[in-house]
Amino acid sequence: MPDLLLELFSEEIPARMQAKAADDLRRMVTDKLVAEGLVYEGAKAFATPRRLALTVHGIPARQPDLKTERRGPKIGAPDAAVQGFLKATGLKSLDEAKIQRDPKGDFYIGLIEKPGRDAIEVLAEILPVIIRTFPWPKSMRWGARSGKPGSLNWVRPLHAITATFGLETEEPDVVKFEVDGVAAGQTTYGHRFMAPDAIQVRRFEDYEAKLLAAKVVLDPERRKDAILTDAKQLAFAQGFELVEDQPLLDEVAGLVEWPVVLMGSFEPDFLATPAEVIRATIRNNQKCFVVRDPKTGKLANKFILVANIEATDGGATIIAGNERVIRARLSDAKFFYETDLKTKLEDRLPKFEQIVFHEKLGTQAERIERIKHLAGLIAPRVGADVVRVERAANLAKADLLTEVVGEFPEVQGLMGKYYALAQGEDASVAAACEEHYKPQGPGDRVPTDPVSVSVALADKLDTLIGFWAINEKPTGSKDPYALRRAALGVIRLIVENKLRLDLYVPAIFQSLFFADRTISAFEKDVAKKAASLDFVEPGLAEKLAERAREIARSDRVLEGGFDHYHALIQDLLAFFADRLKVQLREQGARHDLVDGVFALGGQDDLLMIVRRVEALGKFLESDDGKNLLAGTKRASNILSIEEKKDKRTFDGAPDAALYGLAEEKALAKAIGEVKTEASAAVAKEDFAAAMSAMAKLRPPVDAFFDKVRVNDDDAKVRENRLKLLNEIRSATRAVADFSKIQD
Amino acid sequence: MDASLPAHMRPERSFQGFILALQRFWAEQGCVILQPYDMEMGAGTFHPATTLRALGPNPWNAAYVQPSRRPKDGRYGENPNRMQHYYQFQVIMKPSPPNLQELYLKSLAAIGIDSAVHDIRFVEDDWESPTLGAWGLGWECWCDGMEVSQFTYFQQVAGFECAPVAGELTYGLERLAMYVQGVDRVYDLNFNGREGDAKVTYGDVFLQAEQEYSRHNFEVADTTMLFEQFKMAEAACKKYLDAGWREGGNKKQHLMALPAYDQCIKASHVFNLLDARGVISVTERQSYILRVRELAKACGEAWIHTEAGGAA
Repeated sequence: MPDLLLELFSEEIPARMQAKAADDLRRMVTDKLVAEGLVYEGAKAFATPRRLALTVHGIPARQPDLKTERRGPKIGAPDAAVQGFLKATGLKSLDEAKIQRDPKGDFYIGLIEKPGRDAIEVLAEILPVIIRTFPWPKSMRWGARSGKPGSLNWVRPLHAITATFGLETEEPDVVKFEVDGVAAGQTTYGHRFMAPDAIQVRRFEDYEAKLLAAKVVLDPERRKDAILTDAKQLAFAQGFELVEDQPLLDEVAGLVEWPVVLMGSFEPDFLATPAEVIRATIRNNQKCFVVRDPKTGKLANKFILVANIEATDGGATIIAGNERVIRARLSDAKFFYETDLKTKLEDRLPKFEQIVFHEKLGTQAERIERIKHLAGLIAPRVGADVVRVERAANLAKADLLTEVVGEFPEVQGLMGKYYALAQGEDASVAAACEEHYKPQGPGDRVPTDPVSVSVALADKLDTLIGFWAINEKPTGSKDPYALRRAALGVIRLIVENKLRLDLYVPAIFQSLFFADRTISAFEKDVAKKAASLDFVEPGLAEKLAERAREIARSDRVLEGGFDHYHALIQDLLAFFADRLKVQLREQGARHDLVDGVFALGGQDDLLMIVRRVEALGKFLESDDGKNLLAGTKRASNILSIEEKKDKRTFDGAPDAALYGLAEEKALAKAIGEVKTEASAAVAKEDFAAAMSAMAKLRPPVDAFFDKVRVNDDDAKVRENRLKLLNEIRSATRAVADFSKIQD
Repeated sequence: MDASLPAHMRPERSFQGFILALQRFWAEQGCVILQPYDMEMGAGTFHPATTLRALGPNPWNAAYVQPSRRPKDGRYGENPNRMQHYYQFQVIMKPSPPNLQELYLKSLAAIGIDSAVHDIRFVEDDWESPTLGAWGLGWECWCDGMEVSQFTYFQQVAGFECAPVAGELTYGLERLAMYVQGVDRVYDLNFNGREGDAKVTYGDVFLQAEQEYSRHNFEVADTTMLFEQFKMAEAACKKYLDAGWREGGNKKQHLMALPAYDQCIKASHVFNLLDARGVISVTERQSYILRVRELAKACGEAWIHTEAGGAA
């Protein structure tokens, strides 16, 4: 079967767009072929800086013929209907129609035969449409034709189209079409500098080979392989090791048609600048690789560049030119670094008063103050030194105002650490300057130093609480402030460091920063709720009221009552629960177990949630666990039926005097014991022990259901037995809500 | 490169020879060779020969040197390649010819950059000027890893679609000349191509100016006056625009687009000076840029109602 070769030859396509464009071209052409009934055998697409190419092989030479039946009017229908039917089916007269019997009468049936067209004709129709509707992220107009409406949009000016179709054994035909004055043909061009002449091509095999002869490596994977192999060898030959960098490799392979790998060097003096800065300079600005000494792991004063030509002087001029630019860039970087070292981090802080963090969330200076406050609240809860934590929170953002970070945003934090160490800060404080941004994503390292942990938590929580306060929560796929990532960061910091942290208290304090109306309602509210708040933490009500008065004195004001803030934090905690669920599920935990634990309510201690889920999972794998679950479910089912029937609940302690059967008494006794034992275990956070206590319920529960009829004729006995069932349910709630768990 | 040139006129020896070689090359491509516009501006794109001429259907091919003033980039003459005043060489061709890339590469050959030994690359760089309400797609052109030119296909200028599209080339003259002459410090460029006592360097011509203007731009420029000048230029621009409209037959015409646009250029430069003095806050900055853009858009609107702007 015949093959298609398509090439779209243009001015330089941005490197970052090439891979997707090749893929889009393959997908669009093959989808359209299949939709036209042309099922092909295989397809592959390629991109270089100047061309997109596609080969599709094994396309049938013709579309299959299509036969369809069309139901027409009833026999004896008015003439207008008959004429319409003849016109739609293309029949000359009703004699050519079949008649079909139907309970509703006899109908004419027209058989429409649509003969398949030659594939090359179909291609000539679909290819220009695909070119005109190609989904470039950004496209443009050019040249004289752009003066008229409807001119072609392409990523950069399109100069030539090659489109051939035919069998391997024959001379292929050109697919005849034209797009905006560019007619498809068989002519392409080689390397811009080394072989710029026109090349006549027939089909993919000679196309690829002729391009190679004309110094164009068509396949980006081959270019990448060549670059990587040559770069490694070049480094190795001089006793170095290439610092591999996949995104850079992808980009560089998209900048050349004929990769030539060369090595240059720079003055060793520059190595006094931090390695990350050198690498960022060489990589971002010059798109070159760096190399290191394999023994020490330290950067060497060499770089690897990828040129697009085999220069007649062996590359000497190219190396010298790149060395000059890299030298200039490194002197800039060195100058920036040395300039930065002259200003202490804390001396940069006043500038933050001018920089808006978010229109509704104040300046960076205010944000730093908030982070400091929150980090200070968290510090004692995670065993960190408050003085160090506050110092770190104060300095952690200062490097954003340094020259180096201004130039290379990706080294933010890291530079903070260097500058903090240089000005003699405590090692933990310096580490926190870098680590408070972590973890950035699911694969990123979680800091463990308590100072870093405190600031990292405060940084993320302040962001979350702030955006919650202004009601900018993530919705669906929209999460412009990366709040889900921040929440996951909080979860990982807590769980992976095994921290006991009730988030509620620090969070409620922090939420007051985002207040803006009168405080009296708030104070009254807090006073009213003093008892329950003090239960959360002794003296909490008074501390909150004091904080509210402080805020009022600083001329900001509190909006709404305490409930406003309480609801906000509850909502945020529910968001954490949600993210934790997602996280636990991704790690393979059963989602129903997670739901069972969350259904208990008031779960703001993320570590305890994780431990409960783990213990519950183990317990339910045992026979005791499975049977107890079955028993509890049975109790719950009976209860919910009877509750519905009586329109009441069966809360409250059962009356021991009403127990008639030994099994009832045994169950009541067991429940009493298990409750005590399980609560004690839960209080000690020994969930495994709580589960083994639960296991003791299994025999009496089984025996109860075996021997006792719940719906006794005596209404009082029935009520008492239902209360006993309710006790089973409430006893198991010490560990989870079993009704959420699936069998 | 022209082998018959005397040594002191060769582009690799002489900054002025370098400029003359570029002018000659583009003159041969049919461009009118203009002289710099007689106003202070941040880039060659501001020249009405680019901004305004890019609009409308009439063909236009021009090349010129434009001194570019970037008050914030002043370094008191202490930085080897950053200055508050430097030269851009600007080429504009409308509609963009199909072989513009080839022409550009030939122009590099004309100033001594041989593509057989140099690695020349077109690296994605989309251009946008918020103050001009303009954008285009193109590349920064690299020579051995150094950015030497900007290459842009204008898509929109002053808020109007370019129809047809113009191709614009901007060469950073000092940087290219430094590369060709092989010097690392701009002030060491040989300006006149002579040697010994007859040699004049770029530093001889401009170093003192860089020092003086850096002082002026950062320390002394009279901000009260500048704020006033901004307002005056803005008001004058609007006034000239209003005064220029005429009903000619059944068509609207404009008779003063160019004088109005001068005031837009003025406002833009005054804003740059105020910015260098550090008296414009982050939020105000945006609103100043918007104000200049509004002027540029109104001037573009006026221009397309002039004869050269295509309103026959």
